[in-house]
Amino acid sequence: MKKYQLGEFEEIVMLTIAILYKEAYGLAIKNEIESRLKRNVSMGAMHTALVRLEDKGYIRSHDGEPTEERMGRPKKYFQITALGKKAMEYSRETRNALWGAIPDVSLNVKFS
Amino acid sequence: MLNHIEGDLLEDYGVRVAKNGKWKADIRFMLDVLLLLRREIIRPIEGNKNLNTYGMYKSYFKIGWRNLLRNKGYSLINIGGLALGMTVALLIGLWMWDELTFNRYHQNYDRIGQVYRHNLRQGQIQTGNIVTTGVGTLLREEYASHFEKVAIVRGRNEEHVLGFGENQFTQVGYFMQPDGPEMFSLHMIHGTRGGLADMSSILLSQSVARKFFNTENPVGQIIRMDNKWDLKVTGVYEDLPKNSVFYDATYLAPLDLYLNGWSHLNVWDNYNVYVYVQLKTNGDFKRTSGVIKDAMLPHIDANSAASKPELFVVPMEDWHLKSYFENGVQVRSPLMNSVWYYGIIGCFVLALACINFMNLTTARSEKRAKEVGIRKSIGSVRGQLVGQFYSEAFLVATLAFIVSLLLTQICLPFYNQIADKDMTLPWREPLFWLGCFAFTFLTGLLAGSYPALYLSSFNAVQVLKGTFKMGRFASLPRKILVTVQFTVSISLIIGTAIVYQQIQFAKNRPIGYSREGLISLHPRSPEFIGKYEVLRNELKATGVVDEVAESNYSIVSTLGWNGGFDWRGKDESLNDLTFNINAVTPEYGKTIGWEFLEGRDFSRAFPADASGVIINETTAKIFGFENATDEVLIRNRNDHREEFKILGVIRDVVKGSPFQKTDPCLYFFSGGDQGWLHIRMNDKATAHEALPKIETAFKKIVPSAPFDFTFADDDYMAKFKAEERIGKLASIFSTLAIVISCLGLFGLASFVAEQRTKEIGIRKVMGASLASIWKMLSKDFVVLVILSFVLAVPMTYSFMNGWLQHYDYRTDISWFAFVLTGVGALAVTILTVSYQAIKAALANPVKSLRSE
Repeated sequence: MKKYQLGEFEEIVMLTIAILYKEAYGLAIKNEIESRLKRNVSMGAMHTALVRLEDKGYIRSHDGEPTEERMGRPKKYFQITALGKKAMEYSRETRNALWGAIPDVSLNVKFS
Repeated sequence: MLNHIEGDLLEDYGVRVAKNGKWKADIRFMLDVLLLLRREIIRPIEGNKNLNTYGMYKSYFKIGWRNLLRNKGYSLINIGGLALGMTVALLIGLWMWDELTFNRYHQNYDRIGQVYRHNLRQGQIQTGNIVTTGVGTLLREEYASHFEKVAIVRGRNEEHVLGFGENQFTQVGYFMQPDGPEMFSLHMIHGTRGGLADMSSILLSQSVARKFFNTENPVGQIIRMDNKWDLKVTGVYEDLPKNSVFYDATYLAPLDLYLNGWSHLNVWDNYNVYVYVQLKTNGDFKRTSGVIKDAMLPHIDANSAASKPELFVVPMEDWHLKSYFENGVQVRSPLMNSVWYYGIIGCFVLALACINFMNLTTARSEKRAKEVGIRKSIGSVRGQLVGQFYSEAFLVATLAFIVSLLLTQICLPFYNQIADKDMTLPWREPLFWLGCFAFTFLTGLLAGSYPALYLSSFNAVQVLKGTFKMGRFASLPRKILVTVQFTVSISLIIGTAIVYQQIQFAKNRPIGYSREGLISLHPRSPEFIGKYEVLRNELKATGVVDEVAESNYSIVSTLGWNGGFDWRGKDESLNDLTFNINAVTPEYGKTIGWEFLEGRDFSRAFPADASGVIINETTAKIFGFENATDEVLIRNRNDHREEFKILGVIRDVVKGSPFQKTDPCLYFFSGGDQGWLHIRMNDKATAHEALPKIETAFKKIVPSAPFDFTFADDDYMAKFKAEERIGKLASIFSTLAIVISCLGLFGLASFVAEQRTKEIGIRKVMGASLASIWKMLSKDFVVLVILSFVLAVPMTYSFMNGWLQHYDYRTDISWFAFVLTGVGALAVTILTVSYQAIKAALANPVKSLRSE
């Protein structure tokens, strides 16, 4: 059985939350991903990922102060849990391990 | 849509309006909203909907669990009491199961039968299973079409000394024909079932094989039996379980060996064997019985034919519990009765525990009445409430069952010891689990019904308004249940007391000889022949032996019956009367210490005593002589008339069951070389000192024979085994019954005391004394117990009177047992209730009144 379930987009979202640290709320995360990875992220896709991650217990959230530019709607800040940290580390380790296991010759493509 | 997502959208919108203008921002906004329509994020319009009411059941169990935890005391009483009751029921169930599955070990269980015989004697049909070897041979040869196998087996187990090298052990086993092991499907560990084909062969049970050969394969080794016969071991079989007829067979030897030299397989006048048959696959016991009914008639003499012997086959499943005949008709056997009795006791004890549960739950119903009211006003229908209380009952029953399984497992070794059985909990049997499940369910149903139906009937409005009052009769059912509980417990205890009284009564019966310092053994080896005098002198020379004697049968057996005696003035109706015969050496009387009512003992000083006879009191009464010692007894055997002078009349010696009448006995003279050797030890030396000396002397004369002796006292006490077992089991169960009842009472009393805290407080303020409050609280329960006692007395009296009728020698039911039990039950009740009553009475009234 898989130890930690973490999809590719979910992983990106988590990494971004980690980057933003205290400022990780919905739109900030979206903008950060879009600017760093040069890709479009739809609001729906991102919130789905956030809901899923929260269900899995990888992140937790708390409501922030409502602000004027949001017409009184509160921000929801996200934070990575210990479990989430483990999941991220696990994901990284497996990838590193796989990279390490690749023989040099394999990616050394030559046309002879 | 969730607030914070809206916030995100609006913030994004604001940024875009500033950057790209309003129109583009609008479009993006709409797109974003559409893309947000995902299953995970949007909230269902109607909220969650469950497809089943699983959640409700979960809540029932949760609430039930919380209730248990909240009232730990009550829960403990409830679960503990129920677990005790269940343990008793389980133990009894195991015992019944063991009895009912007797002999199931044998594979051909449904096709094996034993030949029984009806006989007409003194106008009564007597039934027995002992027949002649001729019957077996006849069935095998003439009726071969009906039977697959026929095996003749020596009609009781035989004790013999088995020897291998230095090792000598006295073992019990059976002599049977070669088909026997196959018929009874022995599980062979070494060798084959066909191992008895040769006359000098023997099959050993695993335990005996271990004794001699450890774990080695003994097949082919030579075992010496009684120092006479060399037998080759041809196989080893797994020990038979305790619930098999042959459970005591530690070896099996060929019947031919047993008969060799003195009898043969076609005898028609010596009843000394059992005949077992295995029917063909399509065989039918009734039909076969019909066929062999008159098979004996052509072979027996006119005298025997007059008793109209009638053969029939009893199937294996009936041997243990259903082979009890009265006047030729099968009736319920005493053993079957006891299976029933125990079953009833088990049900009663379980019922007691269930009553506890009902009482405690309903007693506390006032506390839960509010809960019921709220549930009803929120919309629970009655069915749901019933379900709730049932689920609580099942929860308790399941917990209790788990505890009782543990308890049973712990108790089982002791229980097996008392019941003399070999029972285990069949953990792997699916049927057992199914039974357990049904059992728990039933208990839950039984215990939960009354509370479930009663509590759910409350009127919601009344309960919540506070006008709800338990009526005057609300506690009536509770009182009835307590009365039932105590009636059962008291009955059980009185019954047990009477069983013990009866045992004690029989133990105190004068037995006609003295058991202390008397040992007996069974000289098996041919080495003993002709050595009686030598051995006697040697033993007496040790200084610790007063006297030595031999007799044909052991002191405590009633074997050896003969008829054909005449005396002066004999009544015609006594013609087929038989006497219990024993042949004894002249020192027998002195050795066992019998007492003379009249006349004198045998004496070596008078050679004429060899044709003398000593009779017991019962025989003397049958003879009816004024002066027995002036008379002679005439024995007619094969037209040969012999006269015996009656030398003396002794007080009855209890040979058979101490609960039955003594049989008429005759003691004849013998010079020695008999089946049993008795040694009377000196009372100057303790057994501890005397026995090694006796053994040394014994080994000097008969070095090869094992010195396997028994104390006469033990032999005699063994006769009480069955009754003592009943007594022990009954006392355990009745103790548990009273414990369970008291547990319930304790709970009830504490509840009542709690309920009346305020009342007690006011009474105390008004000046009530401790004693008066204690009296007030205890009175209710004491009255109930007295009522139960009054109910229990006549019931128990008539039942136990019936039980005692089985015994010739029986105690009168004394009022002592009743009074003692009554006082005891009352004392226990007062003790139980007093704890709570005094606790309540001692409480500070200020505290109880200040609340609210």
